[in-house]
Amino acid sequence: MHALPIANTLERRRAFQSFLGVSPALIAIGLFLIVPILIVIAYSLMEANPYGGVNKVFSSDAYTSLLFERQLDDSLAFADSYLLIALRSIGIAGLTTLITLLIGFPVAVWLAMQPAHRRGLLIFLITVPFWANLLIRTYAWILLLRNTGVINNSLIGLGIIDQPLQLLYTDGAVLLGLVYTYAPFVVLPIYATLEKMDIRLLEAAQDLYAGRVRTLRKVVLPIARPGILAGAILTFVPCLGAMIAPELLGGGTRMMLGNLIFRQFSDARNWPFGAALSLVLMAAVMLVLTVYALRAERQRIAKGGA
Amino acid sequence: MLRLFKRNGLGVQDFPGFGGFSFLFYLYLYAPIVVLVVFSFNANQSATVWTGFSLDWYRAAFANQALRQAAGNSLLIAVCASMIATAIATLAALGTSRGAKFKGLQLSMGAIMLPLVLPEIVVGVATLALFSTLGLSLGYGNLIIAHTVFCIPFAYLPIRARLNDMDLSLEQASADLYAGPWRTFRKVTLPLLMPGIFSGLMLAFIVSLDNFVISMMVSQAGTTTLPIFIFGLLRMGVTPDVNAVSTLILGVSVLFVSLSWLLGKKNT
Repeated sequence: MHALPIANTLERRRAFQSFLGVSPALIAIGLFLIVPILIVIAYSLMEANPYGGVNKVFSSDAYTSLLFERQLDDSLAFADSYLLIALRSIGIAGLTTLITLLIGFPVAVWLAMQPAHRRGLLIFLITVPFWANLLIRTYAWILLLRNTGVINNSLIGLGIIDQPLQLLYTDGAVLLGLVYTYAPFVVLPIYATLEKMDIRLLEAAQDLYAGRVRTLRKVVLPIARPGILAGAILTFVPCLGAMIAPELLGGGTRMMLGNLIFRQFSDARNWPFGAALSLVLMAAVMLVLTVYALRAERQRIAKGGA
Repeated sequence: MLRLFKRNGLGVQDFPGFGGFSFLFYLYLYAPIVVLVVFSFNANQSATVWTGFSLDWYRAAFANQALRQAAGNSLLIAVCASMIATAIATLAALGTSRGAKFKGLQLSMGAIMLPLVLPEIVVGVATLALFSTLGLSLGYGNLIIAHTVFCIPFAYLPIRARLNDMDLSLEQASADLYAGPWRTFRKVTLPLLMPGIFSGLMLAFIVSLDNFVISMMVSQAGTTTLPIFIFGLLRMGVTPDVNAVSTLILGVSVLFVSLSWLLGKKNT
């Protein structure tokens, strides 16, 4: 179709206006987020200043110390301590994702089966804790889990145990806190995919003598799949860089990437190493998101294109 | 509450056990919060043994000078950052959802989401690196800049959602009646968009008020925010006045979110 020249100019003007509207946001994010990331890249290639900050001298120490430890004779020896922390982070993030999915799926299915007028309130109740301060929500778990906490006190009061169980400062506590934080992130996207599901599909399945388990597996699960995937991403990605839960519930000895990075800028004062770790974390997150985006794009094309 | 979870007869859409499981899920979501609130009214020194009702910890919290200072800082930063972010986000939403498509539209939308996509700690490190390189030390200014950036996507999303839901025909009608683009915007688009802008502003406000990780990386002496102050208290041990302060903050957040929800409900 050939646009009239005058319409074309008008269109171009409107396009320019749109661009003008977006530009303050782009300037803010460019100047205060994208440029800073470039600076982080530069910092990761500099020497650490023991008083915090960096000396502007090239050094690749930050990257070598990810995997190697400098010996007294200046030779490098393989050191797995940071690798283990990275693997721990991936493991805990993965486990959190798995548990939140197992919890979130039935809740989302149940929500989607509720009459429409009840759903609004029920959904709202799931989102409220998300907006409450994360630090405080995590702290609340300390009240429950610590040696003189509500759980131990109740168990001792009931005579089930006579010594308090060590619940706080364990991997389990970190996991509990993370699942608690991210479960709503899984429920909501799964619910969103099921919300508009045609109930007649369930009737059809059961008319054809599919049991409830089979109906769930063959009808509900395939419909919910995009939501499950989105929920998994929404949980896994922030968990990978989680800092508050490992710091408060893991007692700071159960390191994850998030609080390891944080420490490089607080106690350890090794900014280049912190910068390098941040970039590793960012690369991991970007990798996961790119794979997800490519998958979504492929599915879109498969659905709409062919 | 319990009525919400009751099954009435087994229809096709009933999966036995899911209701009870969901009830437990809600319990899991709210139990820690309830415990926190209950113990904030505890008369005892210890934070987790109930002895009797008292408002002492609230009195102690209100009397704490450093705490009031931190709360004031948080409020100031949240008000400034959320308002700037909402203004920027409103313009951006109009640009991406109303105007003509331009080259790099997809990329721009991606960039706006960037603060939401990147791990918080990475955003914090990056902002710290920028301020340290520039030697920028504006006190509150540093925190306001940092908060504005991560508030932008939170303000942008509800505004864009509202714009996409809005009926274009009203704006077209206004243009047909010889209202210029500016007049159409002011008299038609903006009033219709207001609920979206308002919920964007509220979400940005809460997100700023609650932020800990990025504030912790960026803040300097004298600009301690409330979450940083609480974190400091937690490091020194669990004391009942933390419960009282936490309950107050939770109350504010819940109030804002409920208000935003009720407004949204009324408008649809």
